[in-house]
Amino acid sequence: MKIYVPMDSAAKALGADEVARAILQHAGARGLDVQMIRNGSYGMIWLEPLVEVDLGQGQGRQAYGPVTPADVPALLEGKLQSLGPVQEIPFLAGQTRLTFARCGVIDPLDLDDYEAHGGLVGVKRAIAMGARDILQEVVDSGLRGRGGAGFPTGIKWKTVADADAAQKYIVCNADEGDSGTFADRMIIEGDPFSLIEGMAIAGIGVGATRGYVYLRSEYPDAIRVLTDAVDIARARGLLGPNVLGSPHAFDIEVRTGAGAYVCGEETALLNSLEGKRGTVRAKPPLPALEGFMGKPTVVNNVISLATIPVIFEKGAGHYADFGLGRSRGTVTLQIAGNIKHGGLYETAFGVTLGQVVNEIGGGTASGRPVKAVQVGGPLGAYMPVEKFDTPIGYEEFDQQGGLIGHAGLVVFDDTADMLHMARFAMEFCAVESCGKCTPCRIGAVRGVETIDRIAQGDTAAIELLTDLCDTMRDGSLCALGGFTPYPVMSALTHFPDDFATQKEAAE
Amino acid sequence: MKDFIIPQFPPGDDRDMGTKIGTGAPVSLVIDGIAVTVPAGTSVMRAAAEAGVDVPKLCASDNIEAFGSCRLCVVQIDGRRGTPASCTTPVAEGMVVHTQSEKLRKLRRGVMELYISDHPLDCLTCSANGDCELQDAAGAVGLRDVRYEAPVGGRLDNHFARRNGAEVNALYIPKDDSNPYFSYDPAKCIVCSRCVRACEEVQGTFALTIEGRGFDSRVSAGAIGDDFLTSDCVSCGACVQACPTATLQEKSVIELGTPQRSIITTCAYCGVGCSFKAELNGDQLVRMVPYKHGKANRGHSCVKGRFAYGYAKHKDRILNPMIRNSIDEPWREVGWDEAMAFAASRIATFRSIMAASPSASSPPAAAPMRKPIWCRN
Ligand SMILES: Cc1cc2nc3c(=O)[nH]c(=O)nc-3n(C[C@H](O)[C@H](O)[C@H](O)COP(=O)(O)O)c2cc1C
Ligand code: SF4
Ligand code: SF4
Ligand code: SF4
Ligand code: SF4
Ligand code: FES
Repeated sequence: MKIYVPMDSAAKALGADEVARAILQHAGARGLDVQMIRNGSYGMIWLEPLVEVDLGQGQGRQAYGPVTPADVPALLEGKLQSLGPVQEIPFLAGQTRLTFARCGVIDPLDLDDYEAHGGLVGVKRAIAMGARDILQEVVDSGLRGRGGAGFPTGIKWKTVADADAAQKYIVCNADEGDSGTFADRMIIEGDPFSLIEGMAIAGIGVGATRGYVYLRSEYPDAIRVLTDAVDIARARGLLGPNVLGSPHAFDIEVRTGAGAYVCGEETALLNSLEGKRGTVRAKPPLPALEGFMGKPTVVNNVISLATIPVIFEKGAGHYADFGLGRSRGTVTLQIAGNIKHGGLYETAFGVTLGQVVNEIGGGTASGRPVKAVQVGGPLGAYMPVEKFDTPIGYEEFDQQGGLIGHAGLVVFDDTADMLHMARFAMEFCAVESCGKCTPCRIGAVRGVETIDRIAQGDTAAIELLTDLCDTMRDGSLCALGGFTPYPVMSALTHFPDDFATQKEAAE
Repeated sequence: MKDFIIPQFPPGDDRDMGTKIGTGAPVSLVIDGIAVTVPAGTSVMRAAAEAGVDVPKLCASDNIEAFGSCRLCVVQIDGRRGTPASCTTPVAEGMVVHTQSEKLRKLRRGVMELYISDHPLDCLTCSANGDCELQDAAGAVGLRDVRYEAPVGGRLDNHFARRNGAEVNALYIPKDDSNPYFSYDPAKCIVCSRCVRACEEVQGTFALTIEGRGFDSRVSAGAIGDDFLTSDCVSCGACVQACPTATLQEKSVIELGTPQRSIITTCAYCGVGCSFKAELNGDQLVRMVPYKHGKANRGHSCVKGRFAYGYAKHKDRILNPMIRNSIDEPWREVGWDEAMAFAASRIATFRSIMAASPSASSPPAAAPMRKPIWCRN
């Protein structure tokens, strides 16, 4: 029998390794013939460790979860209550899995398994198409950067392709620092070849022969899986001087970050990659023209790049058919915070915020009413329940003063103190600021102090905080200082009561 | 409409144009209603300066690359979103730029208010009083009030106070006086990185860096534990010249006060012949600043010309031309006319001797080849 136990770090944090050990122990003791596969996670975190058992009798993979080591004897005896086939669990059944189609399904480091599930079809098609058509395909797919800014990926690639330079680079941004996000980590741990294949297609498309993955040091499992996957890809000819026998050379190096949120900002990332201080560079020049080592460079998020293979496998039209308005394809929502069913949910753009929180996520874990949802990481606005009709889409969120960012959602119930959350946003900015520009370097520290004054009932400080947010928003060099005003001002605007209570108490 | 501009600087005009000028084909744009044409690759800030429009700035200086960190130089450009920094925005054909608007004024005041909230207000006793770009910028943007203050029972984080109430201020770093020629007073630093960039780009020594991040960012010489003297610093003074505040300051200015007049001159040391602006109070030399339009040195110099100018008032310093007929005679001070006439006659004599000589390569032993005139001015 085959038993699948995830090696995803979220599953491991919930005891997957202990469960795997117990399975091998018990199976050994009973002389059972168990083939254990450490797969990725499907992203239903409340069910982790989610174990699947395939008895090889035609019923397919039966899911169990959350499994504890104490459940293992019953699991092996077939006495544990099953969740049924994993694909039929409503949370998974309701999804449109394009980027994450293989995540959880396959053995992450088995290239044959990868190929058996649609892998490498995309890169082969891309090689046959040639560079011009590759770029057009990406443009036609409507794919926009999933790292934060939502910039059209095809346009970025074209800029790099059109730049005249002897050397170009593909840099994958795997710094994933946003609070409540984990899609990058999950795909790297669960389906690393999709990222490698995506980067290879990018390299062929723009004429880059070298790629770097800037992976955060806080992800030791992802570093290990991706490093192994790169070695396997090289050994099997997916990477190297002739990608899958083509005349295109492409290779990848995995580099580890040192742990600064701002190094996820693309220019700070490039500085860090070059071995310099991780400070933001003024733009222009765009990284697409003067990036890594001053050469034209594609900087893309993990999800942007890992979505490329399925676009080439199924065609740009297939991908672009999903979505809403100018937000095409699928969004890999990461539902976190105070939520009953947290995890990764891939679906077409257009689902409303309320549906995601209440229907898909099942409301708060505490059972109390939702107060606010922070969408798009620490720089995203706090969306109040009144904005729950907003569809998930770049423009749609922008119009509501929010942002999609990396599509992480952190849910708060009515016990959340929004003044405290605003203070935290400023504090986060102060701690993570690279220190280059004045509005952020000094402004974030002043922001914390000013919010403390508001908490003490100093109403004059509210106007000062508003002015400070204007200065930071319009004056900052990068989005760290520039977007910190969004959580702060959304908290102040939507939850004024939280900014007045202290005053009333004092009076 | 102004024609294509080739920078012309009258002697002594060492205005800082903000950024270097581009080298591309001519590009025409309009800044605050003034039409100007500059080479492609020029920044909006530089184009404005060429058109006579000063955009407030603190981190830009025309001998280093634009950096875009102070955010004072923001402008508005028709058809473009937001408020881009003029120092890092290149000009484009047909661009219409506005350097003044209510929004820009508010933004600049907001930035300035932040700067001053972390700056000691001791201008009157500061060594840069009257010669400080931070002071100038605060004036230019019309900063009238700093509203930031500590919460009750809390503190206003800053780098300038030795103590925060009863507590020692952990952010305060004492002055580094280790270098014999200049001091570094972190309490006044605005972290514009001009010094770091000057050391890298102008001098090429890479002695400085910014240490820490965010509010903790501070200029640091060498490795942890180093001061300026033990670092790789070669005391060229490029960083001091670049500093817009009193943070990096010549000790001579601290001691003697702000210089009131200046003369363009040439370094007395070596054959490079660097141009300097000798800055004085009366006949008291206060500092020697490499002259930015000096053709030999373009605003940079070595430590000798910059700081080792003790010769200026040395009793043995030669101030007038001197001549002598032969080396066994003592030098005789003369006027310039006599000295020149003397030199001309000796050259003429030498020429005729050479013409008569069978081999030009072997002048007669008595030929007056040795320096006939001694002068340094
Ligand atoms: C402070 C800050 C942090 C960021 N962190 C990340 C990150 O962790 N991962 C990421 O992909 N993009 C991050 N970004 C966005 C990147 O700058 C860049 O836009 C992105 O990597 C481009 O890739 P995409 O076009 O595929 O989204 C960050 C931006 C800022 C301002
Ligand atoms: S906004 Fe903050 S993080 Fe971004 S460049 Fe300025 S100081 Fe650095
Ligand atoms: S004096 Fe010269 S070498 Fe020393 S730190 Fe300043 S710029 Fe660098
Ligand atoms: S020492 Fe002067 S030049 Fe250097 S960062 Fe501070 S203020 Fe700027
Ligand atoms: S400053 Fe230095 S390099 Fe320049 S002339 Fe004087 S001694 Fe020579
Ligand atoms: S002068 Fe342009 S940002 Fe400082």
